[in-house]
Amino acid sequence: MDRPLGRNRSRLIAAAAVVPAAFLGVFFVYPVASVLWRGLGGEGLEPIRHVLDQGRTRDAIWFTTWQAVASTALTLVIALPGAAVVARSTPRARRRIRSVVTVPFVLPTVLVAGAFAELFTTFGLDDGSFRLRHTVWAILLAHVFFNYAVVVRSVGSFWAGLDHRLEEQARVLGAGRIRTFWEITLPRLRPVLAAAGSIVFLFSFTSFGVVLVLGGPRRATVETEIYRYAVTRIDFTSAAAVAVLQLLAVLALVTLATRLERSRPATTAIARPAPPLRRSTRFANYGSMLVLLGLPIAVVIERSFAVGGRYGLDHYRALNTRVPQLPAAATTALRNSILYAFVAMALAVLIGSIASLVVVHGRRWLSRVFDLGLTIPLGTSAVTIGFGMIIALDEPPLDFRTSSWIVPIAHSLVGVPFVVRTMVPVLRRIDPRLREAASVLGASPRRVRREVDLPIASRGMVVGAAFAFAVSIGEFGATSFLPRRPDTLTAPQALFRLLSTPGELLRGQAMALAVALMALVAVAVFAIESVRGTSEGSF
Amino acid sequence: MTRPPHILALVLSLSLLAAACSGDDNAPATITLVTHDSFVVTASLLEDFTAETGITVELLFSGDTGQMVSEAILSAGNPLADVMFGVDNTFLQRALDAKIFEAYESPGLGVVPDNFEIDDQHRVTPISFGDVCVNYWTDELPAEAPTSIEDLTDPTFANELVVQSPESSSPGLAFLLATIAGTEDWEQFWTDLRANGISVTAGWEEAYYGEFAAGGGDRSMVVSYASSPAAEVMFAAEPTDVAPTGVLLDSCYRQIEFAGILAGTDHPDAAAQLIDWMLEPAFQSDVPGSMFVFPVSNEATLPQEFVDHAQLADEPHMLDPAEIEANRDEWTDRWVEIVLG
Repeated sequence: MDRPLGRNRSRLIAAAAVVPAAFLGVFFVYPVASVLWRGLGGEGLEPIRHVLDQGRTRDAIWFTTWQAVASTALTLVIALPGAAVVARSTPRARRRIRSVVTVPFVLPTVLVAGAFAELFTTFGLDDGSFRLRHTVWAILLAHVFFNYAVVVRSVGSFWAGLDHRLEEQARVLGAGRIRTFWEITLPRLRPVLAAAGSIVFLFSFTSFGVVLVLGGPRRATVETEIYRYAVTRIDFTSAAAVAVLQLLAVLALVTLATRLERSRPATTAIARPAPPLRRSTRFANYGSMLVLLGLPIAVVIERSFAVGGRYGLDHYRALNTRVPQLPAAATTALRNSILYAFVAMALAVLIGSIASLVVVHGRRWLSRVFDLGLTIPLGTSAVTIGFGMIIALDEPPLDFRTSSWIVPIAHSLVGVPFVVRTMVPVLRRIDPRLREAASVLGASPRRVRREVDLPIASRGMVVGAAFAFAVSIGEFGATSFLPRRPDTLTAPQALFRLLSTPGELLRGQAMALAVALMALVAVAVFAIESVRGTSEGSF
Repeated sequence: MTRPPHILALVLSLSLLAAACSGDDNAPATITLVTHDSFVVTASLLEDFTAETGITVELLFSGDTGQMVSEAILSAGNPLADVMFGVDNTFLQRALDAKIFEAYESPGLGVVPDNFEIDDQHRVTPISFGDVCVNYWTDELPAEAPTSIEDLTDPTFANELVVQSPESSSPGLAFLLATIAGTEDWEQFWTDLRANGISVTAGWEEAYYGEFAAGGGDRSMVVSYASSPAAEVMFAAEPTDVAPTGVLLDSCYRQIEFAGILAGTDHPDAAAQLIDWMLEPAFQSDVPGSMFVFPVSNEATLPQEFVDHAQLADEPHMLDPAEIEANRDEWTDRWVEIVLG
């Protein structure tokens, strides 16, 4: 009775694989292939050799890679204690921390850069011997600021599900705290560290605004070079050549990361959660979070209340009235953003969950292809995807380039990797013995799935879903390189437009809008992660 | 063997539908205007246009001017829209070379001074213009306001000016062109500027709100627009009639913004009507208050804040679009070597 079901299951998985494959094929592979072909078609490898011959390109590749490696390492180290706090808190506190740390995610780079610049000035770091402005340190710091949430959220949630008895045994056998962490905890975190690390790496590798604004105009990265060729110089051939190099680098990195992630599935039967951390440790952690994430945010909040020489709510009140610079009131833009974020999240969860099942349970080659393919969009230049969509999705039945659907679709391209990268490590960890035990005890296969797989998988899923929501609200992805209709104005777009005309009222309103965005994402992430209610506590 | 009749019917009705949709340009149409993110028009004006002509206008925003032109070149032949507004004289030649426009000579050009009509083949129609100039925050200046572009290299103004990189910013590029057209030896000028401690940012926002006094920064001079002082008055937190900023009129580069019919449109007549309308007094008089640029029409009226606070250079610097296109990459490369190298 079990056997045909097994075969059915693998068939079912192969059939389900069509959905994510079609999504990726239509909205990523086809557009990217089109734009690369447009640039390189007929010229073969010559343009690639040509850009590689230029010192500027080689410097950009080198700088991009090492700053991304450094950003990733730094983020992992700085955020790991935060993840420990999340892992060892009550489910409610865990959700609270997870939603608060997501806030920086939605802040537009220009504002963060402005806030950092102000902090540098306040603390005297803008000049002199200990200067941060326009240095690589400013870039690294901002990458930690933006990506802190990635590590805290995914590693923290995974960590919470680890069985603490192993650590207890180690301690009983005389191992010290540090040794226990190093030899018992860390190896079991490896899959999720690899998963979170690869996301941070890809974000830093393709980071655009942070590099331009905080790094200053001297810093060139692969991403800014693609932009320079495609937009400033309209040299689509060289842009495509650099884009190919970027794709190759990302492919290599993701292959490595998924191998690490797969390396040692730390299976867990019934986990005993770790006891909460000591109060002092916990508060030290909250303190460091407050300094790192809180200070720049505080600058933005302060500016949103400053009206002339006093403080007031004027800028917030103004959000509801349309200024000439915007095609709609800022509140309308906020509403659009929320709507798109929900659609993007739903899409990302649908595609991402199916894809995760395929990665974990599908045939080996299919699993590898999905694992790689669905993560690549995160490491692909927004220019490449956006311009690709313009030339590829221009005719029925794929006439999407100016449709309102393209907005959530482009956002979910970035959301899907988050869902996959948070779900796969969790799914892999489900102990086959747990399933066996359930079926021995008489549970039907469907019941096993419902009561064993589903609750465990849904933990990864909600964390990924909330990420997909935040990614959409923060407007990561190709939408800035797609033409936009006034009725699809999103909050970040409104914010940029407010900032592009001089005038204190407009700037103040932009700050108020940013604060509204931050509040919105914190509340939404908390609500999304509360959907599963208390069930998380049972792990 | 006979074909199933329903397929035939489907093909027939589809081709009828296709025939009905194409060609007939007399019927009320919906056309799309693609423009840059700074485009603003009073909504009721577009409704008036629809009421007059039966043509509905949908807007499409395409980032900044450079991005808009790139996207138009990428989609040449199957354009994103029917009409483009906002291509300026710094990007014009590139757009013309890529043949993205269809020629159209609007009868409305009679009210436009000849010097705005740069393209004698009428592939584009001038609509608005404005100057990119050095602005200063009057209260923060270390001395009397500068009066000539060469003053910027004077040690009195050391560490006061912030500019944008011409590689990533359109006012940055315009100011570079102003120096090429307006100084004896622009390479020497930039060498001196660098020695005088200029700061360079990637974009306008970081310059204006990050380093310039407007956002609390410590620099008193920035590359911005000649109309920026008017915007500072119109959007001041406390009502005022004194602009906090002034303009160095000797440093201005004139940008003319054009509209054009995109080649490949299905509605060339409706597109032409939109261009005619953009030259009419109603739209032309809306341009300054909405977009902080000047209308090209002699018949437009300016809002009071504009008359009082927006400035225009008497002799703005300008270069021929073809010359810009032929040298732009070389100039910016050289600029990078001098200023950032």
